Amino acid sequence: MLIATSLAYLAAAVCFIMALRGLSSPETARTGNAYGIAGMAIAIITSLFVLPQFSVLAAVLIIAGIAIGGAAGAHIARTIKMTSLPQLVAAFHSLVGLAAVFIAAAAYYAPEEYRIGTDGDIHVGSLIEMSLGIAIGAITFTGSLVAFLKLDGRMSGKPLVFPMQHPLNAALAAGLVLLILLLCTTQSAFFFWLIILVSLGLGFLLILPIGGADMPVVVSMLNSYSGWAACGIGFTLQNPLLIITGALVGSSGAILSYIMCKGMNRSIFNVILGGFGGDAAAGAAAGPAGDRSFKSGSADDAAFIMKNASSVIVVPGYGMAVAQAQHAVREMADILKKEGVDVKYAIHPVAGRMPGHMNVLLAEANVPYDEVFELEEINRDFGQADVAYVIGANDVTNPAAKTDPSSPIYGMPILDVEKAKTVLFIKRSMGAGYAGVENELFFRPNTMMLFGDAKKVTEEIVKAMSGGH
Amino acid sequence: MDAQNYAKNAADLATNAQKLAEQAANVANQATQIATDQAQQGMPFIVTGLTVFVLAVFVGYYVVWRVTPALHSPLMSVTNAVSSVIIVGALIATGAHHFGFSMVMGFLAVILASVNIFGGFMVTQRMLAMYKKKAPAQGAKK
Repeated sequence: MLIATSLAYLAAAVCFIMALRGLSSPETARTGNAYGIAGMAIAIITSLFVLPQFSVLAAVLIIAGIAIGGAAGAHIARTIKMTSLPQLVAAFHSLVGLAAVFIAAAAYYAPEEYRIGTDGDIHVGSLIEMSLGIAIGAITFTGSLVAFLKLDGRMSGKPLVFPMQHPLNAALAAGLVLLILLLCTTQSAFFFWLIILVSLGLGFLLILPIGGADMPVVVSMLNSYSGWAACGIGFTLQNPLLIITGALVGSSGAILSYIMCKGMNRSIFNVILGGFGGDAAAGAAAGPAGDRSFKSGSADDAAFIMKNASSVIVVPGYGMAVAQAQHAVREMADILKKEGVDVKYAIHPVAGRMPGHMNVLLAEANVPYDEVFELEEINRDFGQADVAYVIGANDVTNPAAKTDPSSPIYGMPILDVEKAKTVLFIKRSMGAGYAGVENELFFRPNTMMLFGDAKKVTEEIVKAMSGGH
Repeated sequence: MDAQNYAKNAADLATNAQKLAEQAANVANQATQIATDQAQQGMPFIVTGLTVFVLAVFVGYYVVWRVTPALHSPLMSVTNAVSSVIIVGALIATGAHHFGFSMVMGFLAVILASVNIFGGFMVTQRMLAMYKKKAPAQGAKK
């Protein structure tokens, strides 16, 4: 590789690091994104100079490819609803995985162009790197596809468990290692495609048993995989830029998965093995839900309580995203602020379906980001708060996580909403949350249940607040 | 006669010198050959690659821990866009010397990666544009 191209690739890599660095605060984030775009432009333009041959056909393919893909990508980015963001990210991950598989196939069928050997005699090292690239790429592709279908509601969010699931996955993984060895010794195209096929199946089976609310972990894990796939391709092509970028993305996704797992007090293995929330539902059904009394109130009651409060903490969860209630919540907060009430937002790390999901939705509704706080920052404030307005969240507020060692969510850090003077729960029904655990908060004397769609209830409260004035 | 002898000696010397020069050139050629061979074999790419890889993982680790949790969604979408830099590998296939399966694969990969590059960066930009600070005018205006 020419010195100039190596240096240009280095510049692109630095740009990508700066892009991630920019995200340390919302003020620098936009500059960070610009760095990312610049890095990508440098990388693409530089690689055009080191093409094996620059023909008219190549120019046509490249321009057409970027135009088709770019137009599609731009259209999706412009029209996507912010509530559909998790499934969009999952879909994008699947594309990276598939692209990695295609590139590896291109390299396998034209090794001379990639300088990794000749047809039928590819260097063993390159073959190993290539097979890792296609295996991870294919797993990312089908895994993300399943995640997309689950997040988009086209497939049940319930964990799909069947007997012999884990032994089957283990056998497939072992088979994969064997196939890679066979490919390296025989160079046969048969094994190349078999690796792809087995990996596609494995990705599918791996994500099936994981339930909807565990998706933040899955999405970040697949994010990480797409990075490692890029690394594998980078080793095959002997391109340091791809290795650096893949490593950055891979570690970023891994850290996010770790943060999400910590937010649920579960190990990554526990999440990956899946099945959570499926069988626990039986225990909840047996619980004495029917004979315990709870207080349910109307929108007028809620409006009255909040208007007379001096501080309100809003706790949003996935229910807010489903109902698209973020704008109504902001409206309600505006009225309260005019009345002199202090309004803050408390966000649990695993609220929603992807890391930072709630933050984006609140930002979309024009909630200033300095009113939004993370769990550790705000948990102490609940003691002084008059009202905790819990909208579409359940498990992340359940005190059983602190008190009941037999509960499946025991040990999970929760938002201490029960310390607020009054807790308002906006929920569709008395049903248990994702973990299938009854929330004993519902039955406490200082809790008021507001039944209905999160958006409708909030809008009614807004009406009651402005009407009473 | 002496003059003839001298001339012959000189001619011999010249041819000898020429042979020597040729040999020297040969040796030099071999030396560079060995040197380049060693450069390729003694320091295979896998070593440099692994060095770069491990260091990049560390950089990623420290940079990502500094990302504020509020921006975790944009982080995912931007890393997604950035990982599409594998388009570089797809471009090589489109510039292959012969048209074939490989070129088709490369073309498809260019399309897929472009969807991600444009979609990823644009959706990130859209998200980031929404993050606003508390308007200072709110209290001051009255």
